[in-house]
Amino acid sequence: MSTELVTMNIGPIHPSTHGVFRMRVTFDGETIIDAEPIIGYLHRGSEKLAEERTYTQVVTLTDRMDYTASMTNNQAYILSVEKLSGITPSERGVWLRMIAAELQRIAAHSVAIGFLINDLGAWHTPLLYLLREREKILELFEMMCGARITNSYLRPGGVFMDAPDEFWPSLNKFLDEMPNRLDDIENLLTDNEIILARTQNVATLKKDDAINASVTGPMLRASGVDWDLRHRNPYDYYEKISFRRPLGTVGDNNDRYLVRLHEIRESLKIVEQCLDLIEPGPVKPEEVPFLVRPPEGESYVPIEAPKGELGFYLVSDGGIAPFRCHVRAPSLINLTLLRDMVIGYKIADLFVTFGSIDVNMGEVDR
Amino acid sequence: MGPVRESFIFEFLYCHLSLEASCSSVRVLNIAFIPENLSWISFILTAFFWIFVFINAALVGVLALIWGERRLIGKFQARLGPNRWGPLGLFTPVADAIKVMFKEDIEPTLSDKLIYVLAPILMVVPVFMIFPVIPYGAKTFLTNISVGVVFVLAITSINSLSVLMAGWASGNRFAIIGGIRAVAMLLSYEIPMGISAAGVVIVAGSLSLSEVVNNQVIPNAIFQPLGFITFLVASTAELNRSPFDITEAESELVAGYMTDYSSMKFGLFYLGEFMATIASSAIIVTFYFSGWRGPTFIPSEIWFLAKWIGVIAIFIWFRATFPRLRIDQIMSLAWKGLFELSLINILVLALMIAIWPDPSGMQLLLMTLINWVVFFLSIYIFGKILSPNLTGNKIKKRSVIYGLD
Amino acid sequence: MTKVLLGSEIEDILRSNFKNQIEAAGEDYVQISNDKSLDLFNYLKIDQKYDLLSSVTSVDRISHFEVVYHLTSLQKNESLVIKIKCGEGRIDPKVKSVVSVWRGAELQEREIYDLMGIMFEDHPNMKRLLLWENFEGHPLRKDFVS
Repeated sequence: MSTELVTMNIGPIHPSTHGVFRMRVTFDGETIIDAEPIIGYLHRGSEKLAEERTYTQVVTLTDRMDYTASMTNNQAYILSVEKLSGITPSERGVWLRMIAAELQRIAAHSVAIGFLINDLGAWHTPLLYLLREREKILELFEMMCGARITNSYLRPGGVFMDAPDEFWPSLNKFLDEMPNRLDDIENLLTDNEIILARTQNVATLKKDDAINASVTGPMLRASGVDWDLRHRNPYDYYEKISFRRPLGTVGDNNDRYLVRLHEIRESLKIVEQCLDLIEPGPVKPEEVPFLVRPPEGESYVPIEAPKGELGFYLVSDGGIAPFRCHVRAPSLINLTLLRDMVIGYKIADLFVTFGSIDVNMGEVDR
Repeated sequence: MGPVRESFIFEFLYCHLSLEASCSSVRVLNIAFIPENLSWISFILTAFFWIFVFINAALVGVLALIWGERRLIGKFQARLGPNRWGPLGLFTPVADAIKVMFKEDIEPTLSDKLIYVLAPILMVVPVFMIFPVIPYGAKTFLTNISVGVVFVLAITSINSLSVLMAGWASGNRFAIIGGIRAVAMLLSYEIPMGISAAGVVIVAGSLSLSEVVNNQVIPNAIFQPLGFITFLVASTAELNRSPFDITEAESELVAGYMTDYSSMKFGLFYLGEFMATIASSAIIVTFYFSGWRGPTFIPSEIWFLAKWIGVIAIFIWFRATFPRLRIDQIMSLAWKGLFELSLINILVLALMIAIWPDPSGMQLLLMTLINWVVFFLSIYIFGKILSPNLTGNKIKKRSVIYGLD
Repeated sequence: MTKVLLGSEIEDILRSNFKNQIEAAGEDYVQISNDKSLDLFNYLKIDQKYDLLSSVTSVDRISHFEVVYHLTSLQKNESLVIKIKCGEGRIDPKVKSVVSVWRGAELQEREIYDLMGIMFEDHPNMKRLLLWENFEGHPLRKDFVS
């Protein structure tokens, strides 16, 4: 009896595609033969828009690219501007933006893990536990800068506003409670038979394939490569902080989940060390003008965003707006290998793999 | 008129309508008015009245379950459930029903309109037939047919036909794939369900549901734990609930076989699924938790209700906790796990009943002990055998390593 | 700390085998010519161990176009910048694709073709990435008027 291949469109509007993402998948029964991603549904032309805004106004554009991790987007852009224009940031501003970036990393990884487990079918229970923790982080952000998600907190030279007095006790309370909550979630999920059965040895990614496809971030570390930009190429004051880098052994979906979970714990330790070292002072140097006018040149400073290596390639021609602003988007480049990773597995594995790559469509399409 | 005349509640109303002489012992008030040669009229009136009561009670039960499930899952997820409509959100199911009824009834252009319309009806109507057969109390049942167990199992297997009809008649690929997966799963899990029910019948000695309850001195959940666990897991799969809810896996195929249904047809599917949950819980209470039996200081109906709510809460607990299994893992579990376990169960039970046909108290305890030993042994052995094969690859607990400085 | 190689240091690495390919050397980049660029990139990847292609971008310099490659070596912890000039007078910009050397360039080169209009030869799937197929024009060019 002969069978037929079925080509199906898993359309841009779907409960499980983390945004507007379309795939054209070919099945033979339940096994996937081909999966072609089609993107561009959220393209807003951020790179062209950046050429018509001043360097400080572009910060608001960068917020909206990876909208689950605004602080790190801002940090990547501001570091590039500071290198281009030769501004030395003030100390307290740097410590504050490191605290903000690590808190943002915890929030972004919570969203990633929560929605991954949601795709596995645990009807929102672990997702809601993790989102409850993210709510506390968003309230902390609201205290710092007035906005929860698209913050625009950083400016060339530091941050634009100091944290109020009620921020520090709330932060300490959050740091005390979070490890217990993470233990609860780990007890529920990490050794759960069903999760192990669904994610182990599915969509394995080997080291050399990952490096060749320019994969970076937790996806690369889950395949066993020890490459973390905060450790190898420290920016801000990361050389004064010590932290461990969790690595995976096999490179399957389970490793990508475990690496993100342990990175949350490491981020908590980084925030505690920053709290010990921060000193009172100005958050932005006085001599930085409102309109930054860098000399001619170009700069590219990559940072370790929650999704991977994020960097802004800025070219300046001496004016008040960037001549060219290009975003090296980690989500787009990590998507290169989606097709190779899912061929041969079942329909159900497609969504779990896509969730474990942790893609954000705002960053893919810009 | 045979089996239903044994029912106390039927007799009560019948005798108050009919002037039959044989009823005089039951009459409390003297309001009978239908003469004896027209007793078929009083029979029809009584029958319609009780059908009306049972159907409405079932529907009200569904409303209560909708509210109860959402509040209870809210408690598991550290949030309030629905609390807007009415005190404690009690009118939320009413709002749900009104919303479902007022939606636009979109019909895709299909070739098979008859099957498209029939599928939701076939999902709901058979489940109503389970409720009259179950004994709710010492004297409260509507009819006591002599093949109750087989009847109940037959009704619970009709929903696989309805799922296939719905998937096929929708005409789009998502729905057909969803329908096929659902039917494969539902058929596979009926066999362990039937064999575990055979274990209950062996102990009770009769197929009638009242006899099953009357002969349970020790509740079957304690007496035959292996049968209880297989029946519970197979029931969860038959109801399309988590962890076996691949048919309506929202994160994979939008809504599976129900994708193309809207308005009241979707409402009927929704209703049918919840009603099947209530009916299956009632069946589990009857088979495994000794029905209405309990200490007599509380009326037996209250015992039944309490156990019923407990079993429904177990189903909701499963839903809030477990992620979903993949379809090939579900089939492995049915054919390589539950099937063998249920066969072991009836083998051991049949041997024990053959050795001690009329067990006394001490012999019952001995049989319970043997059953528990067999339970632990077989779960251990099958866990070891199945673990690598359940997933097609070896799984073991893993942790991360840390980069060296 | 990742060592960012200066233009002169990059020239030193490439001088032995590819002297006639180097067109110009700025302060922190080296500009090479388009022919036989694949041999140079293979040499950098395999012999000099620059195995991670951080990013491929393009700049519209009004008189010509530029394609910029940022390379990183994970083992040596160094990074460098290579540029290729194309499309003199804004006519027919064309560059050889590096997908056969680094797989990670696949989607980035499609995006450059989509938004800037630079054609990549030997690319396995040269289609528009972010805009729809019948879109006319290339938005990131300086002379694009919507």
